[in-house]
Amino acid sequence: MTQPPAEAATTWEPSPRELERREIRRRLRLRSTVIATVAVVVAFVGVGVLVVTSPGWPRVHEAFFNGHHARASLPGIWSAFWLNVKMFLVAEPLILVLGLAIAVARGARSPWLVPVRLVAVVYTDLVRGIPTILLVLLFGFGMPSLQLQGVPNSPIFWATTALVVSYSAYVAEVFRSGIESIHPSQVASAEALGLGRGQTMRYVVVPQAVRRVVPPLLNDFVSLQKDTALASTIGVFEAVFVARDYGNYNFNYTPYVVVAIFFVVLTIPLARFTDWLGRRYSERERAGAR
Amino acid sequence: MTETAGGPLLEVTDLRKSYGERVVLADVDLVVNPHDVVCLIGSSGSGKSTLLRCLNLLEDVDDGVIRFEGREISDPRVDRRAVRSRMGMVFQAYNLFPHLTVLENCTLAPRRVHGASRAEAEERARQLLDQFGLADQAGKHPDRLSGGQQQRAALVRALCTSPTLLLLDEITAALDPELVGEVLTIVRDLAEQGTTMVLATHEMSFARDVATSVCFLHEGRILEHGPPEQLLTDPREARTRQFLRRVLPPA
Repeated sequence: MTQPPAEAATTWEPSPRELERREIRRRLRLRSTVIATVAVVVAFVGVGVLVVTSPGWPRVHEAFFNGHHARASLPGIWSAFWLNVKMFLVAEPLILVLGLAIAVARGARSPWLVPVRLVAVVYTDLVRGIPTILLVLLFGFGMPSLQLQGVPNSPIFWATTALVVSYSAYVAEVFRSGIESIHPSQVASAEALGLGRGQTMRYVVVPQAVRRVVPPLLNDFVSLQKDTALASTIGVFEAVFVARDYGNYNFNYTPYVVVAIFFVVLTIPLARFTDWLGRRYSERERAGAR
Repeated sequence: MTETAGGPLLEVTDLRKSYGERVVLADVDLVVNPHDVVCLIGSSGSGKSTLLRCLNLLEDVDDGVIRFEGREISDPRVDRRAVRSRMGMVFQAYNLFPHLTVLENCTLAPRRVHGASRAEAEERARQLLDQFGLADQAGKHPDRLSGGQQQRAALVRALCTSPTLLLLDEITAALDPELVGEVLTIVRDLAEQGTTMVLATHEMSFARDVATSVCFLHEGRILEHGPPEQLLTDPREARTRQFLRRVLPPA
């Protein structure tokens, strides 16, 4: 109330009818809150009771939710999990760049770039068709056998490479659908200003496309974070490997649950971050629009 | 409730709407009787569109009462869908669904909201499309039509559910001048057939011809209202005169 409002704003008092309406709205809100609470409690307690009263529960509790084994396996998993984190921290930026490059290449119109387009098409078609686990196996065992000079031969390197190759194919398709969703009138108005095709993409189309595809990108990245576990298939001692190792040695599966919690905890901040990013974009660009 | 017999179709009292600190509508009173054509005029930002959106319950009002067909529809417990199924609304930017053909646009609400059979809905839609000169366009998608055709299709879409009240929000504002006529002709026909309408418009000569009453909005208030021949030629308020001088071609 710092600005001097119009004279009506100072003299206006809600009418009795409006106050009554607010009371009704308040009651309706209260009712939805009560319904929501009851629904949540019934659903979750119901499922909980169902699980806990099932005949095999004591054994499951012992095998999967054992406090002792959880504590015992924690340090090993914790240090191994860093390897998963490092793998996707390296892979994610590479995937973004490569995916976007492939997507843009598919839309290139210059005749000189036809080979690039062909590669881009074949790349997405071929790579997306291969299960990620096979890519990891092929890269992990095949590449070192080539005895290439100047490239590391560690399984971590090749596992990460396989993930980058696999996910950039998915991400490229996500970017492409984003680029294609931008209305042609945007391209027309950019070209009318004299921008070239590349500039149009760079300054007009891609920035808008990226905003639209943030949620599906997040989806792929969460998936990537989990798929770092595939590195265990070629002998990388990451968190899932450690958990399996511990489990096999101690005949207890609790470490799997511990690893699962690690992965969940990791993805939640990413989800909140994307939500925040999306909200910020829409607040800035739709401010004042009705 | 059916106390509409004799009473006004729509009655607005002391309507108030604000977005945060900004008051967009204040002390708005409006009575619309069956077969009335009420034109809302005023510069952009005067609250015409907001008023229409409040009437269709697209916006929650901050105070005041809206009664439609004798029932208060500004009550939070009211079934908005039921109210809207009795009103038709046409927007400035047509807002046709681009993924449906014109015919599908027109039959969506009759079939999904009013429970009409496909055959019934299509028959009525085709009849109206034919009447509005769109018979050939029924199978096309909206983006293939001209602006005028799109807006006529949007009108048909609104009419297909036989609403008792039609709300038109500056429906010619996005059209080329030569296309404005074809849309206004239809609205004029509707007015002659006795359709009750509330419309925001910038077309003063049109308002003069079809309106039963004209309301001049200024800064969210109805500053003046009256029959068009009086309000448009001999307004009481200085603000109205000022506005009319700007929009009316010098006679």
